[in-house]
Amino acid sequence: MSTLLQLQVGESLKEIQLDPVSRIDLIKYAGASGDFNPIHTIDEEAKKAGLPGIIAHGMWTMGNLAKLFTPYFEDGFVQDYSIRFKGMVFLNDVITLKATLKEVVDNKLRFQVQAVNQNGNEVLKGEVLFTQF
Amino acid sequence: MFNETVGKRSNKVKNVVERGAVKKFAESIGDLHPIYFDEEAGRNSRYKNNIAPPTFPRTFDYGVIEGLNLPNKGLIHGEQTFHYKRPLVVGEELLCYSEVKKYFEKKGNFGDMGFLVLESFGEDAAGNVIFSSTSTVVISEAVRKVLTK
Repeated sequence: MSTLLQLQVGESLKEIQLDPVSRIDLIKYAGASGDFNPIHTIDEEAKKAGLPGIIAHGMWTMGNLAKLFTPYFEDGFVQDYSIRFKGMVFLNDVITLKATLKEVVDNKLRFQVQAVNQNGNEVLKGEVLFTQF
Repeated sequence: MFNETVGKRSNKVKNVVERGAVKKFAESIGDLHPIYFDEEAGRNSRYKNNIAPPTFPRTFDYGVIEGLNLPNKGLIHGEQTFHYKRPLVVGEELLCYSEVKKYFEKKGNFGDMGFLVLESFGEDAAGNVIFSSTSTVVISEAVRKVLTK
């Protein structure tokens, strides 16, 4: 539980590799989030929008990425979470979630976070500021 | 056309951090940790309750900003931030609203891209801001042309 506090600057949390993105994942996220933009669930709508196929909600990937920090809820909380969406996530993509500790100032841990696809391309990148109690 | 909306704010809307909604949301992002849905795990935690995942405010209703007509198609989500005073607790009520923070245009690969930054807030009953978030939405020239027609 307290591994986060033992982490040294430059070290990373254990990566998480997601199962290949499936349509049902995105249908579930649409329902749970209320974001029913059809480019995330319906092929014809994605094609009409000029995409090769449906793409994941950026917020689905951002939501997934935050789970790297969930096990540490007794140690502190995510105070700031900022993300830039860099690339699209398509069906069957295999996304890996990463976080590296960059800086510790008092009780604040600054992590660089990213989500990378199976080709090594960054699809999402940003920072988490984790405040310890 | 978006410039005139800068500074405009929506009406406040009451949102409840609903137990079922939190569980469904956590499930949809593959983060079904007991702290989000197991009542005993919540009670025994330092929060004395279940909490919500950091991106859960995506599900809230932030009211309507008068004069802001965003299409539901053709937008690109460029950036997103969340800032928390503390995690959200299951069952609590928040008054949520949004404001157009800024709008600017930049030359891009597909013509002049418009960048609209929306800032959203969630306040407790006493008026304390518990979380805020910003969304940067990218609107292509093609989409803007359709809007002005």
